[in-house]
Amino acid sequence: MNPFEYIEAQSLDELHDALASTWDEAVILAGGTDLLDRLKEQLLEPKRVVNIKRIDALRGLQNGSGLTIGALTTIADLAADDRVAGPYRVLSEAASVIATPQLRNMGTVGGNLCQRPRCWYYRSKETPCLKSGGAKCWAYEGRNKYHAIFGGGPSYIVHPSDLAPALQSLDASVVIAGANGERTVPLELFFQLPNEMLPRETLLEANEVVTRVTVPPAAPGTRSTYLKFKELESHDFAVSSCAATLVMDGKKVRSARIVLGGVAPVPWRARDAESALAGKTLDTGAIRAASEAAVRDASPLGENAFKIPLTRNLVRRALESLAS
Amino acid sequence: MAQWKPLDEMSILGKHYPRVDGPAKVSGRAKYTHDMAPEACLFACLVSSPHAAATIERFDTKEAESIPGVVMILTDIHRSGNIAYAGEPVAAVAATSPDAAQYAATKVRVRYQKKRAAVDLDAAMEEGAPRVLSGRENIFPPRERGEGNEADVEQAFASSKAVVRAEYRTQVQTHSCLETHGSLVHWGEDDTVTIWDSTQGVHSVRFQIARMLEVPQNKIRVICDYMGGGFGSKLQPGWYTVHAARLSRETKMPVRLMLDRSQESMIAGNRPDSLQKIRIGADDAGKLTAFSAETYCTAGPSPGGNIAHPFVYEIPVWRHRHRQVVTNAGPARAFRAPGHPQACFAMDCAIDELAHELGIDPVEMRLLNDPNPTRQQQWKQGAERIGWKRRSLKPGQTSTPQDPTKKRGFGCAASVWAVPGRGTAAQLTVFPDGGVEVRCGTQDIGTGTRTIVAAIVAEELGLRIEDVRPLIGDTEYPVSVGSGGSMTMPSVAPAIKNTAEKAREKLIALAAERLGVEADSVTLADRAAKADGGGRVDWTTLCSLLGSEPQTFHGEWVQGLSSAGVAGCQFAEVEVDTLTGRVRVIKVVAMGDCGLVLDRLTTESQINGGVIQGLSYALYEDRLMDAQSGRQINPGFETYKIAGALETPEIEVILVDEPERGVLGIGEPPSIPTAAAIANAIFNATGVRLRELPMTPDRVLTALEA
Repeated sequence: MNPFEYIEAQSLDELHDALASTWDEAVILAGGTDLLDRLKEQLLEPKRVVNIKRIDALRGLQNGSGLTIGALTTIADLAADDRVAGPYRVLSEAASVIATPQLRNMGTVGGNLCQRPRCWYYRSKETPCLKSGGAKCWAYEGRNKYHAIFGGGPSYIVHPSDLAPALQSLDASVVIAGANGERTVPLELFFQLPNEMLPRETLLEANEVVTRVTVPPAAPGTRSTYLKFKELESHDFAVSSCAATLVMDGKKVRSARIVLGGVAPVPWRARDAESALAGKTLDTGAIRAASEAAVRDASPLGENAFKIPLTRNLVRRALESLAS
Repeated sequence: MAQWKPLDEMSILGKHYPRVDGPAKVSGRAKYTHDMAPEACLFACLVSSPHAAATIERFDTKEAESIPGVVMILTDIHRSGNIAYAGEPVAAVAATSPDAAQYAATKVRVRYQKKRAAVDLDAAMEEGAPRVLSGRENIFPPRERGEGNEADVEQAFASSKAVVRAEYRTQVQTHSCLETHGSLVHWGEDDTVTIWDSTQGVHSVRFQIARMLEVPQNKIRVICDYMGGGFGSKLQPGWYTVHAARLSRETKMPVRLMLDRSQESMIAGNRPDSLQKIRIGADDAGKLTAFSAETYCTAGPSPGGNIAHPFVYEIPVWRHRHRQVVTNAGPARAFRAPGHPQACFAMDCAIDELAHELGIDPVEMRLLNDPNPTRQQQWKQGAERIGWKRRSLKPGQTSTPQDPTKKRGFGCAASVWAVPGRGTAAQLTVFPDGGVEVRCGTQDIGTGTRTIVAAIVAEELGLRIEDVRPLIGDTEYPVSVGSGGSMTMPSVAPAIKNTAEKAREKLIALAAERLGVEADSVTLADRAAKADGGGRVDWTTLCSLLGSEPQTFHGEWVQGLSSAGVAGCQFAEVEVDTLTGRVRVIKVVAMGDCGLVLDRLTTESQINGGVIQGLSYALYEDRLMDAQSGRQINPGFETYKIAGALETPEIEVILVDEPERGVLGIGEPPSIPTAAAIANAIFNATGVRLRELPMTPDRVLTALEA
């Protein structure tokens, strides 16, 4: 790890004073579960590390008109909160299957959305890639079992967050604070594909911080669920996951938002599956059609074609659980 | 010949009792090599080659040297300068803190001339593959063994009712020791060298490191109080110890050098992979007729590795042709039952395939062909315990109640191991105040050796375990063997008993004299000497009769108290999620055969551990090499996946007591059959045969979709 200056910001103002316009200069420390790894591996050699855990403005969870979740809310607190239930079940289910109890106790909602890719090439200093200042995506022709089947190119990373697909299925937004004030960005725009923005995965700038996440009020008849497939139940990232939020009208689907995790560089909206469900009775036929539609546009790499049937089947199983 | 007393007369041995060092380990009081940090100690790190094949051209250490805390950098540790695998150490940095050493190691600039590399079996066997060793083919000449010649084998196949021809593959598995390899070395001013080493053999390290350091053996002391996993990879000394010793000699300070996690993965040993082209035949009654195996394995840049064919079963004629293949990948080291899990996977799966083709029950098939009388009993008892009769006769027919997408199945496989004990001495001191100390230069690699050493003495002298202070893990104590090959207990237990017997005889003689009775009427039990007629001398009084000086007794390994030849088998019940390809092992029944069981608790723990490691090999672990970078792509616990608590099934251990055989080792056999038993259970569950390890969800799902 390189030597750096360590600052504990007590307020957003102090935070903005400590941040800078590049990540080489200053980085934010919250739970640290991703940052410390990257510091230790020297993927990142910042001059300053700014701890934000003392900033009260980033805490708290409110359920008024929809949910407002402070960026410092831990994954464990989110998973255990009674208010994250009913129509928002997708979110508590996603939180409860992240990593291990220790990591859930440390990791935060803001950090989970802003975490960097787990790609094994990106994570090694010996294989500098498009995400770490190198010239190529090693995964494209290399070991790519865990890589993208949607939205890849020129980088084929997958977004590792479980909360992101869940929140996106609930049509959530992030509130971002910079020195000049706040802006609210829907998650759908917050995450950017590599062909739009190569070095980072989100619109967040180095001198900004995610302060909270807002989830709009759920329409009556909303049901949601998160289904994650990981190789190790004990602790693992998603090989593939499915966040499904349906607004039901009796047995009919009024509208659906299906967002896939672990299969694309961003949480991947399965729009064809959504439209296959809209207006349909949620029966076996509709579920089959939607799950097939979810993977119709997949384009696998050398070692990850299995993700296509896997993802199709996860969508099917998620929808079946919402139908029963 | 020496013998153990009958099991039913024992008050400690043969029962369940916890480890004497459990509280120290749980509380963190137990100090591992990794914890050793004497005052004024230096910390060293190795600089690893990023390339799999390269020549070192030059070093630039200027920036590294300028980092505060850096004391010394060695750039001459690589002898030839020709790199043969990624991760190979090229320099060592010593600094006043671990952080400074680690950071400085990343700032040592090395210029390499890169060469083409062949990083795995397929790449090394390809036509035109770069040569791993100059002037040598990558594929080494075959070694052939057999019973009968090739014509005999072909004739037997021709007259067989059924012949299975299949290709099986197993992966490279890394030991993944939780405590990485490493040492703390102090080169004293009197040129004595003290080494705290995370090792499986303090004495064997001393013998070998003496040559490597060119220091006489009597000036070297090796200590290992506690160690965090070895599985065979810590039987020899490492070059890291030599580098630490050099740094210590030069700096006149103790130097601790532990590998980091990725180095542990890339350079500290692994189980060779295998490619096995198998043919096996049987007659219409299911008796095996012939077997032939063409096998290949890689052990890194030096040839190595074997596959223990023909595995277990009785086959009248067979041929085995084995070729070692060299690769630009980390070198193998002995790994829990070398050559056996690989052989078992191919053989026990092939026999299952044959049974299926002949329409014979897999257990019946094994009873027909297994010559071992112990295993004959175990097959029947294991089938009973797992509920073999619940097994669907037709594969793929049994679904989980409530969920037709999940299929259940059963499988089994065999185990075998045979290494006898040897070469151990011990000494025991009885103090006039009643204290007892026993010294033996064995070591506890996590199996409970320290506990059992104390227990044997306590049993012999009629004491409680806590009355005996066991001293092990130090070359200052009498010589013993390395803890490998399941030979620790067969080596150590007889020596400890023999030593304790000598103390017992002396104490009984003293008691007999005091009580005025014949010695053969006196026994030691319940912390006292007791005469048949009712006389009694309590333990403390008895020891005071020794006089004012402590008295020391010496003993050694003797015939008759241990033997070799472990039979075993395992049964697995699995559930396969046909939508995701996930295999969940529901239960494993592990039939263990270990002669005289010294401690049921640590024996069961050994078997539980073996099953979990075998299951992890079956379903998760895989060293993945990347052809582009020449590196292992998953040298850490996030991506090198190891079974955790949620992957661990119910494990039922059934120990077959055969105390008349004396002590047997149980470390390796339980990790042998698990993978094959699971593969066979997956077939029974789904009708899909997986012939490649690990059986990860992507492979299972792809096979199910095919």
